[in-house]
Formats: sequence, C-alpha cells, structure tokens
Amino acid sequence: MASRLPIYATTGQRIWFYTFRLICGLVFFYLIFPILIIIPLSFNAENFFTFTPEMLRLDPEGYSLKHYRDFMGANGDYSWIQALTNSLIIAPLATLLAVTLGTLAAIGLTQPHVPFRKQITALLISPMIVPLIITSAGMFFFYSRPFGFSDLGLQGTYAGVVLAHAALGIPFVIITVTATLSSFDNSLTRAAANMGANPVTTFFRVQMPLILPGVISGGLFAFITSFDEVVVVLLVGSAGQKTLPWQMFIGLREQISPTILAVATILVVISIALLTTVELLRRRSERMRGMTPG
Amino acid sequence: MSDASLDAPVLSADGKPLKQSLNQALRKQKIRALILIAPLLVFVMVSFVAPIGSMLMRSVQNTAGVDYIPDLMPNVVASIKDWDPRSGETPPEEVYRGMAIDLAAAFENRSHTQLGRRFNYESPGFSSLFRSAGRPVSRWDLENDGPFKEKFLDLNDDWGNIEYWASIKANSGYYTTSYFLAAFDAERTSEGIRFKDPDQRIYQKLMLRTLGLSLLITFCTLALGYPVAWLLADLPVRTSNLLLILVLLPFWTSLLVRTSAWKILLQDQGVINNFWVWLGFAERLPLINNQTGVIIAMTHILLPFMILPLYSVMKTIPPSYLRAAKSLGASNWTAFWRVYFPQTTAGIGAGALLVFILAVGYFITPELVGGADGTFISNRIYFQFAVSGNWGLAAALGTLMLVVILVLYYIYDKLVGVDNVKLG
Amino acid sequence: MKLKTTLLATGATMVAAAAFAQDNMADSMTVVSWGGAYQNSQVKAYIEPYVANNPGLNVITDESSAEAVTKLRAMSEAGNITWDLVDVTAADGLRLCDEGLAMEINPDEMLAAAPDGTPASEDFGDTLIGDCFIPQIVFSTTFGYRTDLVSEAPTSVCDVFDTEKFPGKRSLEKRPIGNMEWALICDGVAIEDVYDTLETPEGVAQALAKLETIKDDTIWWSAGAETPQLLADGEVVMGSTYNGRLFSAIVEQDQPIGMLWDWQMFDLDGWIIPAGLPEDRLARVMDFVEFATDTQRLADQAAYISYGPARASSAPLVGQHAELGVDMKPHMPTDPANSVNTFVFNFEWWASYRDDLDAQFQAWLLQ
Repeated sequence: MASRLPIYATTGQRIWFYTFRLICGLVFFYLIFPILIIIPLSFNAENFFTFTPEMLRLDPEGYSLKHYRDFMGANGDYSWIQALTNSLIIAPLATLLAVTLGTLAAIGLTQPHVPFRKQITALLISPMIVPLIITSAGMFFFYSRPFGFSDLGLQGTYAGVVLAHAALGIPFVIITVTATLSSFDNSLTRAAANMGANPVTTFFRVQMPLILPGVISGGLFAFITSFDEVVVVLLVGSAGQKTLPWQMFIGLREQISPTILAVATILVVISIALLTTVELLRRRSERMRGMTPG
Repeated sequence: MSDASLDAPVLSADGKPLKQSLNQALRKQKIRALILIAPLLVFVMVSFVAPIGSMLMRSVQNTAGVDYIPDLMPNVVASIKDWDPRSGETPPEEVYRGMAIDLAAAFENRSHTQLGRRFNYESPGFSSLFRSAGRPVSRWDLENDGPFKEKFLDLNDDWGNIEYWASIKANSGYYTTSYFLAAFDAERTSEGIRFKDPDQRIYQKLMLRTLGLSLLITFCTLALGYPVAWLLADLPVRTSNLLLILVLLPFWTSLLVRTSAWKILLQDQGVINNFWVWLGFAERLPLINNQTGVIIAMTHILLPFMILPLYSVMKTIPPSYLRAAKSLGASNWTAFWRVYFPQTTAGIGAGALLVFILAVGYFITPELVGGADGTFISNRIYFQFAVSGNWGLAAALGTLMLVVILVLYYIYDKLVGVDNVKLG
Repeated sequence: MKLKTTLLATGATMVAAAAFAQDNMADSMTVVSWGGAYQNSQVKAYIEPYVANNPGLNVITDESSAEAVTKLRAMSEAGNITWDLVDVTAADGLRLCDEGLAMEINPDEMLAAAPDGTPASEDFGDTLIGDCFIPQIVFSTTFGYRTDLVSEAPTSVCDVFDTEKFPGKRSLEKRPIGNMEWALICDGVAIEDVYDTLETPEGVAQALAKLETIKDDTIWWSAGAETPQLLADGEVVMGSTYNGRLFSAIVEQDQPIGMLWDWQMFDLDGWIIPAGLPEDRLARVMDFVEFATDTQRLADQAAYISYGPARASSAPLVGQHAELGVDMKPHMPTDPANSVNTFVFNFEWWASYRDDLDAQFQAWLLQ
C-alpha cells in the first residue's frame, strides 16, 4: 500500500490501488450511511419510514417538520419532552459524580508508587466490560434492598439511576484522565511545592489547568454514556425516571412512530457537537504539552 | 558532613537514617495515592461490585419471595428428610401433614403462590397445584382432620406424584444448585442428575449461538476494518484525520439511534428492499427479525472498536519496512503477509478481543432486530428477569456469562493491558 | 376542546369535592397501561379531564402492563411500590389478588353509582371478577389481515394455520394465552372441551404441535401495538392483537387491513390498585378511579377506541368516534355481525394455569 500511486506503477498495481480504495470507500459508506439516511427521513411529511415519491422528486410538499413538532408535544403528548427533561437531570449529575471521583482516583493511580495499581485499574475499568444486562440485574437486586435493608431502597429513584450511571461512566474518566496525566511532568508540582504552594493550591493552579482537557473529554464520555443508556434505567429506574433512550426503546419495540427519527436526528447533531469538542480538546492538550496535533 | 565511621547509616537532614527516611517517604506516597483512590474505590464497590455480588448470591439462594424455603415450609422440610424417592412410594403421612400445616400458614400471608412458583421452575404444574390447594387446606382442621394424604389426593391426583415430591425434597435447603442445573439444561430426577432431551437443551443452544454469532461478527469487523485502518495509517495525517471522523461519528452516535436506523433500513418495505426492487429484483430480501439483521447491524455498531486499535498499531509501523521488503524482491503479497501483517497482530488481538467481549453481552440490538432466532443469551436473561420473573435462573445464566467475560477480560489485560485502552 | 368543556361542566361537583380533599392527596400519580392507541384513549377520556379538574397534578404513564404481574411481584419484594394504578386483564387481576399484591375493593363504596342511582355493583354486574378487579372494558383478541396481500379474504381463524392458502408471515402473541385455544380449536377439539384438554400434558403437547406447523412463519409480539405496525409495514399478512388496535389502524390510519372476527377471544380488562400504597397516594388514586370509572367516562373512552364499556349504564351512551364521527357500534366486538363465533376466554382457568403454561410455551419457543 502506498498513499500515492507512483508514476511507474504497473497496470496490476493500478488495478489493486483503485480496488483497495473502492473497498475502503464502501466500508466508509457502510459506516456513515445508516446515520445520515435518518436525517432526510425525519423530515418526511408522511408517517412512513421510506422515501415517498414526493421526497424523491424533491417536492417541498413531501417534507415537513411534523415529527419535530410531535417531539415538542404539538400533538398534546408531552412524553418526549418529559423524557428529555429526565435525561437532562440524570446525565449531568452522573457525570459530575463520575468526574469528581474519577479524576481524584486517576491522579492517585498515576503516582509513582501505588500498591496493586494493575488490579485496581482493572476493577475500575470493569463496568465498561461487564455486560449491561448483568450489571443492571445485579443493581436491581442490590438497589432494592442494599445490604438487606429495604429502607435504603434506591430502586425506582433518581438517586439510584444517577449512582448506576456514574458507575458506568467512571471507566471513561479514568482512561482519558490517566492518559493525560501519564505525560504530565511531575516536576511541575514539585516546583510549585518548592515555591511554597500547598497541595490544594498546587492542584487547582498547576495540575488542573494542564489535565483539564482530559477531564472534560472524560466528562463528555460519561455524559454520553448516561444520556444513551437504556438497559440499566429500564431495570433500576421506574416510570418516573423515564429517560429519552427509554422512550425510544418503547417506541422501537412497540410502535415505531416517525417521531423517533426526529429524536435520532437531534441526537446525531448532539453527537457531532460532542465529537468536535473532544477532538478540539485533544489537539489543545497535545499542543499544550508541546506535541504537534496528531 | 558528619565524621561518623563508614559503616554507620547515612543520615538525612533531620538526623534519621536515610533508608528509614526514604521508606517513610515512600509509605507516605503510597498512602497519599490510596487516599486519592479510596473514594472511587468505595463508590465502585458499593454501586457496582456489591450489586454483582448480590446477583451471584441469587443464583444459589433457595428462596420464594424474600424468604428461604426451609423457613416457609419447616414442617415439610423436617419430615421429608427420611423419605427416599427411590423407594417408589409416596411420602409418609407425616410429610402430607407437614404440607397441610405449612400451606395453611403460607395461605395466611398469601405466600402459597410464591411457593408454587418457586417449585414451578423445577417442573411446570406446581404453580396451579399450590394455588388451588391454598384455600381448601386453610379450611381443614389441622388437629383432627387427618389423615391428610387422602385429603390431598382428593384435591388433585398430582399430590401423589413422586417426581413432584422428589423435587421438593431436592430443593428443601437454604441453598440450591437447581438454577445452575437449569442453566446447563440439566435436571434432577429421582434417579439423579441428567441432561434434558437434546431438543429441550435451549440454553446450551443459546450460549453456542451467542458465541458463534459474536465470533462471526468479530470476523466481519476484522475483514472490513483491516483495510480501512491500513488506509488511514497510510494516508497523510491531514486526510486521515478527516476520514477518521467517519469512524468516530458512529462511535459517538447513540446505540439506539444506530439500531433504529438499521431497523428502518432493513424492513421488508424499507429503504434497502425498495432499492433492491427498484433494481429489478422480484423477491424482497428477509433482512430483519433474523440472524442476518443482527450480523449486519452489530458489525456496523462494533466496527469502530476494531478500526481504532488497529489504526493505532498500524500508525507505528514505518512504511519503509514494506518498501524495503519489495526492493529486496518480495512480491506484493509476500511483503504484506511476511512483513506487514505480523506487525499488526497486536492490533488484531486487541480489536478482536474487545469486539468479541462487547458482542457477547449485547442486548438492545438483538432484541430489536433479532426476531426469534437472532436473540442472544442476554435477551434470555432479560426475559427470565423482567418478564418471567425467574430471578434465580436469570442470576445463574448471568453468572455463567460473567465467567466467560472475565476470562476474556483477563486475556485482554495480559495481551493489551487495561491501562492501554484508548478512546478515539 | 369542546369535549373538555362539557366534561368540565359535568364534573363541576367533583371539582368542589376534589378541592376539599386536595390537601391529603399526592400531587403525582403513576398510571400503568398497555401503550399505543389504548393508552391514548385512556389519556384522552380519563386523564386529561381529570388533570383539568386537578391542576398541579403530575400524571406519569408507564407502558408495562404486559409485564405487570412480574414487576409488581418484584416491587413488593423490594418493598418499594412505584405504581399507583395498573391496567390489567381479568386473569392477571385475579392472580395479583390471590397473591395479595392488589388491594381488595368495595365497589359500592369506591365506585360511582349510575346516573339513575343504580349501585356500582349492580351496574358492573358480572364483570366484577374476584375481590380486587375494577372492570373497564370488554375487549377481544382477534385477527387482522392485509386486504391487498391475500388472494381472498380469510373467513375462519383456522386460515391462520393454513400457510398454503395464505402464504406469508403472521404475527402471534409471545404468550400462550389465546394461541393455545385457537390451536386446539383448529386441531378439531370441541369448543367446550378446550380447557379440559389443556389441563392435560397431552393437550398442551397437541396445541404446541399445531402451533409448530406455523412456527417458522410467525413473528411473535409482546406489545399490542406491534401487530398493527407489522401489518402496516407489510411485514406480516395477518396477525392477532386486541380488536381496538386494529380499529385504530383501519379507521384512524386508513390502512388496508381487514378484520377476521371468527372465534374472537372475549376478555375483560380493568384496573387494580397495588396493595400497600401510602395514604396520600391511595387517596389520590381512589379519587381518580371514582372519576375514571363513572358512567360517562367509560362511555367517553369508547369514543376513542372500539372497546365495550364494562358498565351497563354506559352502553346507551356509546355513539360516534370523538374526532372522526364514525359510528362506533359496528366496530364493537359485541356487534351481532362480529360475534357469530365468539370464544369466551376463561380467565379463572388461566389465573391458575398461566405460570405452568408460560414455562412450557417459552421453552417451546426456543426449541
């Protein structure tokens, strides 16, 4: 493989070069097509999931914002807005919890001498690996009667869902923050300490600004984890905590109303915004550490 | 400098031996690190590890509702000990009498139906047997109405079924292995433990299907991801960064969005089939509610998890190696197979393991596009858990799955190292 | 809007009563039902007018009725009941009552009398099943088919089992209820012997063997809204569901779907109140139930979906569809033209045998 076709390439090499690019092009198409196709479909004026003849003729009559209006509750059904509200309550709280605890722990894990570092890291990353169905079934049993006390029951409460989602978001915070910290120059904290700064000042004035991009990236990952999560909330939550993914899951399993396409489009736009933010942060952090943006 | 003799310990500024002082500093560092980690560790223990532990316990606890069987049926449990199912005879009057006392007590707080359900997991039939017996038994005079054997047999002939009583005897302790037996498609009969008939071995079949489809999906992601990762690693940074967005966008897009997109695309009357018919084909392709749909959708969803580790490994391989091989006379294929490919095996291992681990635990996508024959073991766990309510079996199946995942996770850790996981 | 104002007028006395009782009532209530067109009809006929009378009340809806029995068992075990009112079929209502998970009711104290003063117990009559069930509607589970995808209209329920005459996929409920009865009827078992046959292991095997003949052609649904969707998408040529769901697909969404009423499965559906609710939530839900099951409200629901009201006094008030003005009577399962062959679903029998048959049916599905 070469990124450019040399001038002296043989016919065989030429064929191979273009075939290879074609294969890659098809894979890229496969990756991106299903996500992009729902965007025009969400503007369908009819309740169909395929392109109507009007849409194919690019007739403005075939397009409308109907499904977006339904999402906003124009048909008197506010369940989507209610679900969005719940998601916007749960996700930031779970993110805050995961980022606070996760950043502290990541700093601890990157100290030069940590007993059982490997084992602890493996444990903290495991929520990402253990199948959600197992995690959520366990959480259902345990949150109903923590340590055998039903008075402490968290099942069917906001607190329960927030705790569960925070646990799921932690691996992402650990991974991104330790990655940033591993290239952090520890002599900077020593220098700060030498100049008389106490550890708290050192943390907030020296360490934090440098690892902030990693912390924000981790936070965004934790946020999207909670914002997208459906299995845990189905079991740990109750109807009062119905989130956007829950509402989508019901819609998909029972009656695929085209409103789902509008919701999906909104979520894709949010993903694009988050992806861009994370990319910019990554480059910024690499620049700050004197690396060229990769 | 002190003028102490040479074998005296080196002292630090505060007069302590340096070794001791260094050790102290090290200990302090360790403690500080642990103090930073501790809050999260406690949090993960309580919110994640303890729940999974409680699920593991569920798989062996012999309960009906919140109470253990021996506490709910003390009289039956005490008297059935001496009865041998292999004798071929129904239990003695003592056991029937115990059952009458225990059932009447259970009926008082409406737990007789829970008992029936518990034993219904062993053999269907118990539920209706216990439910229908509750009310009449509660009207009996437990002191004077004996013998109870006849009275039970008058209620229903099944009270004389030795297999039923054997089942009760086998599950009369505080802990039971019966959920794990069920998870392995085995059952306990009066002659001992044996596998069910081959056509009834549903969990073995589901486990194999889950592993088989996951393997196939892993292979598909590798076949599609390898060329793309190679291209990305080979292109100038500016171009490859742009193309990388096409990989990262699906990665960041909600799983439900991607699954709904496939559900809509793959329908009989969906975009793909309409295009197919427009091309001139008469038959619409059955793409959804079967394994084909699951493979197409899950390969798409997991593809970024394959491309990203492959890409990060391929990026480190200097392109000059391939050129060197070719200039030394290797054919294109030999250069690739003998020089390039071996250097990418680490990336293949990392990507394949990650995709496989994630695929084995999938639930949402098979649930929505899998139909009857495209479901995974996770879907069955969810069903047992949320629809049928057989928590013990759900926990036993979950435990088995967890063991498989942890073994794979261990291999992944040895091979790649969990601290080397990269995101995007 | 017009409907709402008339409701406000008729409910004026209730507003006064509600205002009086407001203090000790919870300001949030979780109502569980079956989702889709049916839940919409309940929102329109009961919940919207009730909320209009009780501003500040937050009604949360859940669509888990199909799994209500399991979920209530789990909630009771966890000691945390998050539901206030649950819509269930009569058989599930009986099961929950037997298990002590549903609250026992006294119809004449809790439910409104008919406008002419007939006490609720008489007005509901035979639909009051067991000690906990508050009846709402009479419905039937029956079949719909795509008029444009079959060569001729199916006339017998046994056409569902005839894949030669009617090729294509069909959708059936992912539970034994109804399917087992139809399988036996079409396998030559006399109507009156169906449940006696199902009580024996051989009968169960016979029913499953009959279902086996179409297993490969079947998509299994678990929510009532699935069959209308599958029919509309052309994914199946015929499928079973609740008659009201088919009504809304045919009349409201104008889909090319026909009704196959042969051996429709007659059943009851209603509310249960979970046992052990705290006082303020119980007060709220009792107030709501009294409102939502009165003669007018039950008749109002029939203006949105084609289910027969469970009160005798509501029947004469059933008229036209609230939005489309279609006469509702010919769409009711009880209409003489539709009820030539009617199978009365034996919920008492199912309350006893449901757990047994569920286990066997689900195992069979996976084979």
